[in-house]
Amino acid sequence: MPVRDRGLWHHFDSLDHQADSNLLGMWVFLATELLVFGALFTGYSAYRWRYPAGFEAGSRHLNLLIGGVNTVVLLTSSLTMALAVRAASQGRQALLVRLLLATLFLGSAFLGLKAVEYRQDYLERLVPGLAFDRGAWQELHVNPNHVQLFLIFYYVMTGIHALHLTIGIGVLGILTLKASRGHFTPQYSAPVEMWGLYWHFVDIIWLFLLPLLYLVSTRTSFY
Amino acid sequence: MSDSHTQDVGAHHGHTELGFIRKYIFSEDHKIIGIQFLFSGLIFLFLGGALALGVRIQLAWPNKDIPVLSNLFPHSWGHKMAPEFYTMLFSMHATVMIFFVIIPWLTGAFGNFLIPLMIGARDMAFPKLNMLSYWFMWPAFIILLASFFVDGGAAGAGWTSYPLLASINLAAPNSGMGQVLWLTSLLFVGISSMMGSVNYITTIINLRATGMTLNRMPLSVWAMFITAILQAMALPVLTVALILQLLDKTINTTFFLPPGGAPFGNWHTGPGGGQPLLWQHLFWFYSHPAVYIMILPAMGMVSDIIATFCRKPLFGYKPMVYSMVGIAGLGFIVWGHHMFQSGMDPRLGTGFMLATIMIALPSAVKTFNWLGTTWGANIQYTTAMLNALAFVSMFVIGGLSGIFMAATPVDVYFHDTYFIVAHIHYVLFMSSIFGIFAAIYFWFPKMFGRLMSERLGKIHFVLTFVFANCTFFPMHIIGIGGHPRRYADPTLYKFLEPLQGLNVFMTVCAILLGLTQLIFVVNFFLSLVWGKKADRNPWHSNSLEWSAPSPPPHGNFETEPVVYRGPYEYGHPDHNEDYLPQFDPSTVGRGTPVHAH
Repeated sequence: MPVRDRGLWHHFDSLDHQADSNLLGMWVFLATELLVFGALFTGYSAYRWRYPAGFEAGSRHLNLLIGGVNTVVLLTSSLTMALAVRAASQGRQALLVRLLLATLFLGSAFLGLKAVEYRQDYLERLVPGLAFDRGAWQELHVNPNHVQLFLIFYYVMTGIHALHLTIGIGVLGILTLKASRGHFTPQYSAPVEMWGLYWHFVDIIWLFLLPLLYLVSTRTSFY
Repeated sequence: MSDSHTQDVGAHHGHTELGFIRKYIFSEDHKIIGIQFLFSGLIFLFLGGALALGVRIQLAWPNKDIPVLSNLFPHSWGHKMAPEFYTMLFSMHATVMIFFVIIPWLTGAFGNFLIPLMIGARDMAFPKLNMLSYWFMWPAFIILLASFFVDGGAAGAGWTSYPLLASINLAAPNSGMGQVLWLTSLLFVGISSMMGSVNYITTIINLRATGMTLNRMPLSVWAMFITAILQAMALPVLTVALILQLLDKTINTTFFLPPGGAPFGNWHTGPGGGQPLLWQHLFWFYSHPAVYIMILPAMGMVSDIIATFCRKPLFGYKPMVYSMVGIAGLGFIVWGHHMFQSGMDPRLGTGFMLATIMIALPSAVKTFNWLGTTWGANIQYTTAMLNALAFVSMFVIGGLSGIFMAATPVDVYFHDTYFIVAHIHYVLFMSSIFGIFAAIYFWFPKMFGRLMSERLGKIHFVLTFVFANCTFFPMHIIGIGGHPRRYADPTLYKFLEPLQGLNVFMTVCAILLGLTQLIFVVNFFLSLVWGKKADRNPWHSNSLEWSAPSPPPHGNFETEPVVYRGPYEYGHPDHNEDYLPQFDPSTVGRGTPVHAH
């Protein structure tokens, strides 16, 4: 074995061995991430169970239209990511770059829409501490403290999710650059697959955030 | 794998060409990273110890003017120590010892150093991540040290940082900036530990040498593996809890703040809607498993040390593994026993009580297996072995006092007394630290290529054993006598008067205990330079790390190691030596080599 494969670190036997280890490491990391969100979901559930009226009232004021469109955007980005992983393992370089760019675009679109939504929330006075109308909630016979609790969970949970997405976009940017230089081969495509897992994980978290935050109330209109 | 392959590995990576900074500072070599964790832990051990001595001095002589200290800290010590300075002392003592000494030593230092060597890997699975996990400790170090100098001093709400005391900036002088820095510092520790555990789990699953099946792994590796899983599954919850408290303190959210506290400073968004109890659940969901994170690696290393110096196979290898799995599993469902006094439904308390008491079963399995290993053995009383035996015996005391507190009716009485302090120190100081000392004496020759002085080591051990018991055992007595923990001045209470003599006695012993550790430091650094040169296998031990040179080079092994048997083949009847290493190719006691991956 005179020549080591390109991209193989000194302590692995083969590229397969290295890819296995990278994927396993990512799975373990995602398990820890699951517990990060798990703790947030637990806190959310405890308070939601305690203050159902306030949480429902808060939820009814979120923008379901943007939330729904964003769900479609993010799920489509998962499709392009999955296709990118396939393209990488088949060695189709040009397709890989295009699919990674599509994923990047959809992820950024999600963040853009999210920013628009945050701005609307602010204009509707849904930001405790900055723009929050205690009197208006009292007129609706809802305890403003409980609505406030719902809203801070909404901002922290979607905020941490958006942070994860931002990191994902940064990493995809690097992968796209490497892919455009022909860095990945069918034998060495583990980084694409590994960060694909991460991307799907961030999507799945959103699939839990959507019902918990937007759909817990019975609604009559979309916005 | 052939030799030529291994040499090619070396050439490929260019081991010898690394400069000083890449080799010793920003190193990606697991052994160097382990040693970095060892040294920083040693520094923080002395900081934590100094804080503890401050606590003890205050408890023994609460109203005395102590010239040196009152000159050093004129504002906070003066003629009478300010109560918030006292709460800061014990809060930071616990924080430093738990998050900056014991966990980094056990998982960071020994986990890093031992795992690849013991399973026959050339390095950790992710060397860069490993380097980052050490360098993420540095922001934590700096922020923690800086917090001593901010307005109001370092955090003083206990290492548990319960809201409201910790969450409301004006609740105490050091609940402001000091607490914010405390939370930030621990966030960095959390990220560091997360990186470490991802690395350990992947490495142990995927990088074992040929023949190193799971059932041939030394117990140290098993313990590190289970600990890493505990850490990976529990720590994220603390991370989130820290973030939420940090938001409560900085941008006025109300995750843990209940309604009705309007007069306090950072509460201008109006009364909150949160519950302080949520913090306790999230905090203990991490911090109870953390107790096992702080003892399981020591249990594993002590098992290896005891088997080596008993020159006998470890008694009950598989029960040892299963009992560690049992302890870890139960460890996840017992956090509520810290909250018996927090307004818990008694039916829920009963469940937590039963689960907690059940931990006595796997712990007893381990203890009896250690006893079974020593039974009839021709024990070599080296310093490492003495420390390991101290671990076992002190763990029995700490474990038994734990059962007292697990029982809800008893805990109602003992809660927040010095009995709790006695228990935690028997488990964390007397067990974990003795385990760590044992491990340092045992693996020092592998780390640095020299032996530590046995004479100084034994003096250090005997004095530590005596003074530690004299310091911590009377805490049981004053605890049963009703001495509360976290009170700055026990002399204000008439019913505590008869216990004050014991307080003085414990403080004197604690000071002597602190001085004794200087012997260890002298021994450590003198041996580093002038210690007797160690060969590959100075203790005639069986596991893979002893086949590598002392200290092992980058890449660890000269030839690809192959494992033929379990790690505890001491005194094999068909073998002419009393030990039979895992890497010995002779046919005695040999199973078929199995490919690990």
